[in-house]
Amino acid sequence: MGKGKIVAGCLAPHPPHLVYAENPPQNEPVAEGGWEQLRWGYDRLRASLQDIEYDAIVVLSPHWQTYIGTHFLGLPHFKGLSVDPVFPNLFRYNYDLNIDVDLAKAIHDEADAAGLGVKMMTNPDFRVDYGTIVTGHMFNPSWDKPLVVISSNRSRQYYSVEVMQDMMIELGKVTRRAIEASGKRVVVIASNSLSHRHFTTESEVPEDMSKEHITSHAMHLWDMRIIDYMVKGETQRILDEMPEFTEQAIAESDGGAFSWLLSTLDVPDYPAILHGYGTIIGTGNAIVEWPCHKYEEAEV
Amino acid sequence: MSEGNIVASFVVPVHPHPVLAPDQNPGWKKLREAFDQAAETIRGLDVDLMIIYSTTWPSIIGHQIQSDPNPEWVMVDHDFHDLGSISYSFNIDQDFAHAWDSANKKRGLQSRCVNYKGFPIDVGSVVALTLLNPDNKIPAVIVSSNVYANRSETTVMAKACLDVVKAQGKRAVAITAMSLSNRMFTDFIEPSEDKIHSLKDHEWNQKILEFLSQGRLEDVGQLSRTIQQQIRVQKVVAFKPMWWLSAMNGNRNDLTGDVMAYEAIHGAGGAVIHLDPTPSGAADKEYDEEDVEYFHGERGVLDAVEDATEIDPKVPKEQQENGPELWEPTQTAGSVNTDAAPKPVGAYPHARRVGDMLYLSGVGPRQPGTNSIPGGPIHDENDEPLDYDIRAQTHAVVENVRRVVEEAGGTMDQIVDVTTFLVDMKRDFAGYNEVWAETLGKVGPTRTTLAIDALPTPIAVEMKVIVHLNN
Repeated sequence: MGKGKIVAGCLAPHPPHLVYAENPPQNEPVAEGGWEQLRWGYDRLRASLQDIEYDAIVVLSPHWQTYIGTHFLGLPHFKGLSVDPVFPNLFRYNYDLNIDVDLAKAIHDEADAAGLGVKMMTNPDFRVDYGTIVTGHMFNPSWDKPLVVISSNRSRQYYSVEVMQDMMIELGKVTRRAIEASGKRVVVIASNSLSHRHFTTESEVPEDMSKEHITSHAMHLWDMRIIDYMVKGETQRILDEMPEFTEQAIAESDGGAFSWLLSTLDVPDYPAILHGYGTIIGTGNAIVEWPCHKYEEAEV
Repeated sequence: MSEGNIVASFVVPVHPHPVLAPDQNPGWKKLREAFDQAAETIRGLDVDLMIIYSTTWPSIIGHQIQSDPNPEWVMVDHDFHDLGSISYSFNIDQDFAHAWDSANKKRGLQSRCVNYKGFPIDVGSVVALTLLNPDNKIPAVIVSSNVYANRSETTVMAKACLDVVKAQGKRAVAITAMSLSNRMFTDFIEPSEDKIHSLKDHEWNQKILEFLSQGRLEDVGQLSRTIQQQIRVQKVVAFKPMWWLSAMNGNRNDLTGDVMAYEAIHGAGGAVIHLDPTPSGAADKEYDEEDVEYFHGERGVLDAVEDATEIDPKVPKEQQENGPELWEPTQTAGSVNTDAAPKPVGAYPHARRVGDMLYLSGVGPRQPGTNSIPGGPIHDENDEPLDYDIRAQTHAVVENVRRVVEEAGGTMDQIVDVTTFLVDMKRDFAGYNEVWAETLGKVGPTRTTLAIDALPTPIAVEMKVIVHLNN
């Protein structure tokens, strides 16, 4: 067995509005479109990776929130109905997905050995969080690749952004080691937006794009700053500024996914591809790809 | 139909251990026994509604109210999935849910009902209803905890709920599903190792329990922000369930409290507490925050796209361009002015004091700072009529009156005479009269109500008020 490889890393946000606007057969509500800039961004991301072979998708979603350690879905198959508790009018999605339990257990075991608190989730009644479902659908609507689903440890709330980031950097390192040891080709995804101050009202027609904009200029400036770092390959600066970004932009990076992703990618110094940026109910969202397969051709 | 009221209130913990694992830890067992005892108490009160405010159901677009008459699913906790699953099939009072949603909107709140198959009812609500209403005989209603809401929004939402409780004549129980200190151990522990996370958390919990055992609910509400800072993981902006529960009980401090159990659940403070509305004779409130009737919040984010660089940000563009010019209130001997009241539309003060008498200039519903009109303006900039809510406008007038009177050092019960002007007597008298009865009608001033052609701004109601300050 050869060494495993991360073929791509992605920032792939999960607002249910995107699935709602796509009108896939799995989702019950019907929309008249909307948020096209982001949906086109997902189109470009999928096109960019369509010729890249990979075995599994590893995703960390801020909406499986755990306060006691980091958890991993630990059964091979999950099927059910996901209803967004915040936007149930937009997202009622029938999911049917497979888990790469071997890879999940491998990351779990590496994390355990590194001293992180971890647990496998093996309750068959468990409902997969809507963040994972939205990102999973937008990234790979055919659901033909198995997933590894990692919970979001809320150490940001318990301690600080700095503590959260230390834990997520460690989790990223063990994720990378486990992938390398697995012999598999893997895409890793952080399912989160950037600035995250919502509107507290909703348009009568949710997809009315005349109402959509960033909540404030300050949020816009932070989003552009972070995007600039990504496309210039200056991701260490993102990690350095993560506390300020997370607090001042009320950013969804508080869930740890962004720090984990950058650590898993070994803090890339090559340019990321910005596939799209747009706002969703006031929050800032970027779809970004780190094409690791181009920059890490030598087997890691 | 008898007048509805809250016949009991309960605080209960949110985690699933008392349902799924009571025998694994003596403390969890005590909590389960307290839940069972509370259920027995509720059965004995012959209530016809359970109202649950759950801190584990966060919302963003205002508050959400469960309105599926029979929600069914299997709940698995995100952290404690290894304890097992809880199947539920609840009995929701759909009519009450819809009425509460309407009452919220009448009081200026964002609100909506949710009725979707498979909606994930939160762990706190599932635990509370499973244990407090095991046979589902009592209809229930569940409301979310808005992550952005602060005291005024939470308080007004409770008052809207009480509007419906009274209107429908319900004998209701109010329940908050919440932890006291909510800091759990971040490590996995054996059930036998469970204890409150820290001595500091325990000591704060003891203070909360001491207050509640004395029925001092409003005092706990007043301490909400401090408690949040001291012993709460900063997931939300405040320890808000106490605001809601206090408002549901008339912001009283003289309830009869009974702490039925207090134990740790993975480090968090879990308590079952019964608050009986029977006066305990304890001391009344020592201090007050503003008692809000109508939510005037900053929620119009979707419309905030105009370029604000060329206009006074305090005044909406259309009001600046189409409404009368706004003036600074005049300052002469005896003038009483306040930033808490809307700016005048001419050269006059908000009020003038002569001896013990206070004479207010005509007071409308416009809001200080924004100049917005609760309930909406009566016409647009082209004088095209608009639908508006006279009740909301009248509430806002009364609130503006209160602000001016209090600025002068007076109180509402010192108001002796009111002249009210309505621009559409036929349409608006009933709504205005209803709000009057709820507010100034209880104070008892004389009143004259006149129909007039128009007022300077697009409002439907204005009041001229005289106060005897040493009355």
